[in-house]
Amino acid sequence: MIKKIYFQSIFFSFFFIKEAFAAESGGMPQLNPEFWVSQIFWLILSFGVMYVILSKLILPKISNNLESRKSQILENIEAAEKQREDSESKIKEYDEIISKSKVEANNIFNQSREKAIKDIITKKEILDKQIDEEIADAEKEIQSLRRSAPNKIVKIAIETSSVLVQKLIGAEVNNSSISAIVDDLSKRNGDKYYGN
Amino acid sequence: MAANPMSQFDVYRIGPEIKVGAFDISFTNSSLFMILSTVSILLIFNLGSKKNSILPSKIQLLAELSYTFVSKMISDTAGSKAKPYFAFIFSLFMFVLFCNMFGMIPYTFTVTSHIIVTFVLAAFIFIGVTVIGFIKHGFGYLKLFIPSGVPAVLLPLIVVIEIISYLSRPISLSVRLFANMMAGHTMMKVFGGFVVSLGIVGGWLPLSFSVALTGLEILVAFLQAYVFAILTCIYLNDALNLHH
Repeated sequence: MIKKIYFQSIFFSFFFIKEAFAAESGGMPQLNPEFWVSQIFWLILSFGVMYVILSKLILPKISNNLESRKSQILENIEAAEKQREDSESKIKEYDEIISKSKVEANNIFNQSREKAIKDIITKKEILDKQIDEEIADAEKEIQSLRRSAPNKIVKIAIETSSVLVQKLIGAEVNNSSISAIVDDLSKRNGDKYYGN
Repeated sequence: MAANPMSQFDVYRIGPEIKVGAFDISFTNSSLFMILSTVSILLIFNLGSKKNSILPSKIQLLAELSYTFVSKMISDTAGSKAKPYFAFIFSLFMFVLFCNMFGMIPYTFTVTSHIIVTFVLAAFIFIGVTVIGFIKHGFGYLKLFIPSGVPAVLLPLIVVIEIISYLSRPISLSVRLFANMMAGHTMMKVFGGFVVSLGIVGGWLPLSFSVALTGLEILVAFLQAYVFAILTCIYLNDALNLHH
């Protein structure tokens, strides 16, 4: 700052010497007291009026605006926080409902599967019984057939042998003697013929 | 003479001569720019505070940013006790800033380049701060001149120095602003004169200087307003919070 003033004084002296302005304006207009009172008066007037209007009307409004904005932003943040909490609890509810329904669906699925399996088992049992009965019937028939078969064979053997004997010898043979022979044969070789 | 770099600081009457008693309080170009500055401040801040929307408009943002800037400056330097003086420091800062900035427009008059204007402001601040100090602390305010931790031998010397430095506050405050403004504007005028005198051949160099100086001077205009306001805060801090 001192440098600047020094610098200036050089400038001023330069101009004053060269163009002789000193006579015209009397050096620095700042030091001319002609309008000092006027400047002081207008400064106090304008600055005072500005100060009064600023401090009484405008600055309180600005600080009010700032404060209300701050409080409004705080309120908004609070509301947002509340809504966030609400949505979080709702999400929790939804999750619960979903997990509950999943469990329910699982239960229903399991129940129906068990039912189906039971049905299948009962039906299978019934079928098995039927099949067993039929097999038993068939076996009985086979058994009875098997039992009656030797008698019939014996009869056939007797008749055939009596007819053969008659044709070969031309004499009638007593049926009882033939049956005795067949019986004897069948008893001896019965194992071989019937596989018993 | 337009070539005289000091002629831009001439004060001249606009309109008739007004006299109250022995005093001449005529309306001058200086008064015109004082009123222009105050009216534009009031207009801007009135527009900026009229509507209160959550999303501020540009002018509202300007007003609110200046408000928070000054209030932060005060609370940083003078603490919370200085809150009642906020409006004064805000007006002071804005007034000096606008006067400085109006001076940056070509063919305008810089109100703050006159020692009498800055001295009245500084003297008012000085007297106000002293009165506040005596009201708050009574005669205890005189302790301001006795720094703590000074050996008793040096005390008479230190007290004299402190008193001189205290009394020179209004002078340093006013001369700082006035001299900065005057020097900057004179320099710009001188370089402008060089542009004309060196003509189309050599005028480019001072012209580029002039351009650079304009930027510098806008910075200085802001900085000096800031320094003026912050020094006021510091003086106020001395009066409110007696630390010595």
